[in-house]
Amino acid sequence: MIVMAVMAAAIALLLGMAARRLPGNEQAAVDRINDLLPQIQCGRCDYPGCRPYAAAILAGQADINQCPPGGETTIRAIADLLDRPALSPDLSCGHHDPLATAVIDEEHCIGCARCLQECPVDAILGAQFFTHTVISDECTGCELCIASCPVDCIAMSAVSAGTRAIVAHV
Amino acid sequence: MLHTYNLQPRRPSWGIRAEARKAESTGHAIVIAPPPREVAISLNQSAGRPAVPIVEPGEKVSTGQPVARATAPGSADIHASISGLVVAVEERLVFSAHHSMETAIVIRGDGTDEDFTPHPVANDPMSMTPAEIRQTIAGAGIVGLGGAMFPTAEKLSCGARIHALILNGVECEPYISCDEVLLRYRAARVLRGAQILMRAAGTQRCIVAVETDMPEARVAVHEALETLNDDRIDVSQVTAKYPSGGERQVLELITGRQVPSGGLPQDIGYLCQNVGTAAAVADFFATGRPLISRIVTVTGQGVSRPVNIEARIGTPIAELIAMAGGYRGTPAKLIAGGPMMGIALPDDGIPISKANNCIIAAAPGELMETAAEHQPELPCIRCSECLQACPAGLQPQELLVACRQQDRQALESLGLPDCLECGCCDYVCPSAIPLTARFSLAKIGFRQAQLEERRALHARQRFEAREARLQQQAVQREHELQEQSAGVVSDSQIDAVMARVARDKNADTEKP
Repeated sequence: MIVMAVMAAAIALLLGMAARRLPGNEQAAVDRINDLLPQIQCGRCDYPGCRPYAAAILAGQADINQCPPGGETTIRAIADLLDRPALSPDLSCGHHDPLATAVIDEEHCIGCARCLQECPVDAILGAQFFTHTVISDECTGCELCIASCPVDCIAMSAVSAGTRAIVAHV
Repeated sequence: MLHTYNLQPRRPSWGIRAEARKAESTGHAIVIAPPPREVAISLNQSAGRPAVPIVEPGEKVSTGQPVARATAPGSADIHASISGLVVAVEERLVFSAHHSMETAIVIRGDGTDEDFTPHPVANDPMSMTPAEIRQTIAGAGIVGLGGAMFPTAEKLSCGARIHALILNGVECEPYISCDEVLLRYRAARVLRGAQILMRAAGTQRCIVAVETDMPEARVAVHEALETLNDDRIDVSQVTAKYPSGGERQVLELITGRQVPSGGLPQDIGYLCQNVGTAAAVADFFATGRPLISRIVTVTGQGVSRPVNIEARIGTPIAELIAMAGGYRGTPAKLIAGGPMMGIALPDDGIPISKANNCIIAAAPGELMETAAEHQPELPCIRCSECLQACPAGLQPQELLVACRQQDRQALESLGLPDCLECGCCDYVCPSAIPLTARFSLAKIGFRQAQLEERRALHARQRFEAREARLQQQAVQREHELQEQSAGVVSDSQIDAVMARVARDKNADTEKP
């Protein structure tokens, strides 16, 4: 009886220590949330990228419904992972639109190189005083470059070929 | 390891028995269609990305001239199937699994059917190296004519050690008889192709698989084999039971070994090719004509004279129907492919592709109506009929539950990607559940989710690489600033320099 009580106490202590998350575990938890995010890196969640947003969710600073590109699928997935109720999307962050890629109107591009700095995935090719272009296979459709263009020559166009070819066939 | 092959039929436990209905179209020799007046050749005639056109409207082309080039692995070259004028390169409704509009090259024939002259006349393939043969085959735009349209040259250069080449002449799906008539009337060509393919794949063994219900074809192959006198080639009989002609199924029946889930026949040392593909290879080496035609079965009670036609790629289906004596009455359905896996066509103006093995014009009531069309869907009673019928060894009833729950993990562990969409489960289901349709939809969703995951991973890597670069730049800038601030010259340094300057001056004045 006493032996068992001691053992129980020891195990309880061990479990309690384990429950206090080690820093490594926290990183892993952030990674798991990050895996569920669409990696558009648009920053519409008010965080500078998907991983920072994942960290904020884990820290309880952000809600799980602030990712417009992920939409309800992402909300459900995160809710499942964290065992929380699924929320309806926070529309103040933006609407869930079908994915599109940015296209630069090369006739009007003045080569200011401002959009190059905005692109979170280095999908814009160009240099100062040279026309820029978007590598459409790499573009995530975050729309961050649009606001940076002083001559408004960047627009979004619906995704057609490439990685999402199957979507067109459904 | 010794490899043995079942040359006598083995009865598979899976599959279904359906009425063959092939006799209607196998009665006549293959009709060779004259070059049509106009062809529309789809650029999407391979398992990979569409080919890129290399001709422009207004250009004159000859028969067999390359008109589009392969772009990536899985993609194949495309050749003009008639001589004439390219009148358009435009979006057309062509034969494809998705009824999608695809870019097609439209050629209006000049009636001469003049061959593309600078085409290399192939020399004796038996004196060529395997790599040269593969290259030649790739240049002929030859793809798997069984329906998957995977480039033959690419399949041949898999790199794995091949124990045997399996030539698949098992045409298990009802109605379709293009492979059967090919074996009946052109067995020598098929075997010639087999020899070339064996050399290209580096193997010394070939099994030609035929069905038990095509005795004439079997006899023809045996006769051709006697003339050829090649003891590396054997004929194996496979039980006529649908879908024993599937690549994995025929392999299992002949070798007794299964292709692992998600794997390819190459993984267990076998290479499977359709008999039509072998004939196309032999034809190319004999005549120099690339893959510009194929045999199509035109059958069904909705046509007057069911027949097998060797037609140019891009010929409108309506012309083939006309060659089969035209419609008899008003057909209820026009199907490309067989009654089990084929797809209904919206109209007969669609041009045929390299994958088109059969056109069925079905009279009203000819085909068993699909369950969903007639009988309402009832709940699953767990009778496990589907389980016994499934040739891939899956559990359709469990898959159905996972489909309803949209449980991706369960779908994957239950082996959804291995579903070949043969329709056997639909056929046997007493509750008339459209299982195959559910599975094909789920498979599309599955692939899409996989692609999405891959895209997200790629974007994340690029984002992280950029973050790392920006951080490194920041660190470097900091470092440079520090260096600059460290470079502020101290008083002692100034003194040292001044002392040196003074010394140099003294030296100068002392010199002369």
